[in-house]
Amino acid sequence: MTESTRRPVLSARGIRKTFGRVVGLDGVDLDVFPGEVLAIIGDNGAGKSTLIQCLTGALVPDGGTLELDGTPVSFRRPQDAKDVGIETVYQSLAMSPALDIATNMFLGREIRRPGPLGSVFRLLDTKAMREKSMAAVQQLGIRTIQNPGQRVETLSGGQRQAIAVARAAAFGSKLVVLDEPTAALGVRESGLVLDAIKALRDRGLPVILISHNMPHVWEIADRIHIQRLGRCAGVITSSSHDMTQGVAIMTGAATL
Amino acid sequence: MSATETSTKGPAATGRGASPALRAQHVLHEHPWVSPLVLLVLSIVVFTSLNPDFAQPRAISLLLQQTAVIAALGVGQTLIIITGGIDLSVGAAAILACMSSALLSSQHGVPAPAAILIGVLIGALCGLVNGALVSRINLPPFIVTLGTLSIFTAITLMLTGGSTVQGSKMPGAMTAAGTRVPLFGLDLNVGIIVVAVLYLAVGYALGFTAWGRRVFAVGDAPEAARLAGISVSRVRLSVYIVAGVIYGIAAWVLIGRAGAASPNGVVDANLASITAVVIGGTSLFGGRGGVIGTVLGALIVQSFAIGLTLVGLDDEYRVLAVGVLVIAAVAADQWIRKVRS
Ligand SMILES: Nc1ncnc2c1ncn2[C@@H]1O[C@H](COP(=O)(O)OP(=O)(O)OP(=O)(O)O)[C@@H](O)[C@H]1O
Ligand SMILES: [Mg+2]
Repeated sequence: MTESTRRPVLSARGIRKTFGRVVGLDGVDLDVFPGEVLAIIGDNGAGKSTLIQCLTGALVPDGGTLELDGTPVSFRRPQDAKDVGIETVYQSLAMSPALDIATNMFLGREIRRPGPLGSVFRLLDTKAMREKSMAAVQQLGIRTIQNPGQRVETLSGGQRQAIAVARAAAFGSKLVVLDEPTAALGVRESGLVLDAIKALRDRGLPVILISHNMPHVWEIADRIHIQRLGRCAGVITSSSHDMTQGVAIMTGAATL
Repeated sequence: MSATETSTKGPAATGRGASPALRAQHVLHEHPWVSPLVLLVLSIVVFTSLNPDFAQPRAISLLLQQTAVIAALGVGQTLIIITGGIDLSVGAAAILACMSSALLSSQHGVPAPAAILIGVLIGALCGLVNGALVSRINLPPFIVTLGTLSIFTAITLMLTGGSTVQGSKMPGAMTAAGTRVPLFGLDLNVGIIVVAVLYLAVGYALGFTAWGRRVFAVGDAPEAARLAGISVSRVRLSVYIVAGVIYGIAAWVLIGRAGAASPNGVVDANLASITAVVIGGTSLFGGRGGVIGTVLGALIVQSFAIGLTLVGLDDEYRVLAVGVLVIAAVAADQWIRKVRS
């Protein structure tokens, strides 16, 4: 299929977001197609995080439209995007430090015991949630996490990031969005996350990946959205442009 | 603390190689009720060695009777403090509920069960007002409840003119919480049992239901909870309403305990309930704690009152001791929270 005949999973047009006098996004278009990895690159403050927050209900844009599978949608809250299968790893990771790994994984979608214990007494199925959390972590290939009952505040930054990625990968059914998911990770763990992204793509699930790591981006991305000063400076592919050219567009040294 | 000290925290701090202080810190962090339990046991041991009467059923029964109302109010206070809030209107709300149901049953012929239920609903309404202002308009809980403290108190005075309703003027069920229940050789009453059930119910809800997990999540990291798809304002609102319901129940326990409904029934409820929560190991910063600590905290304060009286010291010493304890508890909380990297 060619790009013109494929229908985007998520399509954004003219997204605008201002913070007081600061213009975060100034009319950004973005399409994500089925089974692709779309990377977003850009300097610090270019609006990458703001953009994905507007796509996932974490921020409500001031203007612009969103379409999911061709149908107009508007996400007022993060839950709205989750409800349609969009899972996000935010740059802040969005984890509750005082709660344990399994509780964090299932926060907002807790599993209750079967039968009246669950339906009447609302009893949580802690065992099931811990097992599923471990399965999700192991699915990613992370070996340093043994106890799903461990509090998140006792984990290292990289471990937290791995948990956040595992959570998104486990629950995403429409689109997975990752805001700098490897920023705190070691070489091996970064590799695991890249593998996980490929696995998601192979399942047909599109992934939006924000990263400052250009070799990663050029290795994995099907298309690269370049964000600059709150606008989209162009969309390239790893074959149409090399890294140096991409970075030149990103920094404004060249234009598309 | 220095950066090197912080960096040694984390999983390594729990390992075998960790120093005793670090391990203690970790245990207290996992189980905030451990320190108040140790303190309560210590105070019982010390007071009993000073005066053996302290361990007698009579003194223990008195301890439980005197603790019940503050312990009940402390449950609501705990929930609110876990969300990172505070409730200065706790006493005022309980008294408003208490006086409303007393007046309805004594002067307006409302049957006791209905009057008690209305009292509980009035408590819930007070919670709704606090919760709506905190969660919808995003006003700071301290300011909101400072305001409603005055408002609820004023409404109570308008309703009652400041006068007490004697127990004899009310139907029997209004004061039934004071009915004696001999149990385990102790002289308990219905109110104590109701408060115990309240603790079980709220302890269960906090520890074993999704609602409880969300209450902690909202207090610990509200933005993370929001991004996880939780409606932070709905959780906050629910907590204030549940707390209000608990105050309404505590109001009935209070009438039974006092054998009357007085507008000055629990003048020290605000500070006493916050004191119990804080000594109980619940963090004023939110996200950490629980109701077990609160009942222990309330018992500690009351055991000091009884113990110091038995030893022959004046009440000033209790007040002094409580002040020291509160500061020590908050200092301990700061230390425990450093486990976080
Ligand atoms: N909540 C906010 N309040 C005010 N300004 C904000 C807020 N969030 C973002 N901004 C501003 O919007 C602009 C874009 O920020 P954004 O976080 O999207 O950048 P980014 O491309 O993700 O950068 P980085 O690579 O550092 O993560 C910046 O100028 C930033 O200061
Ligand atoms: Mg960012």
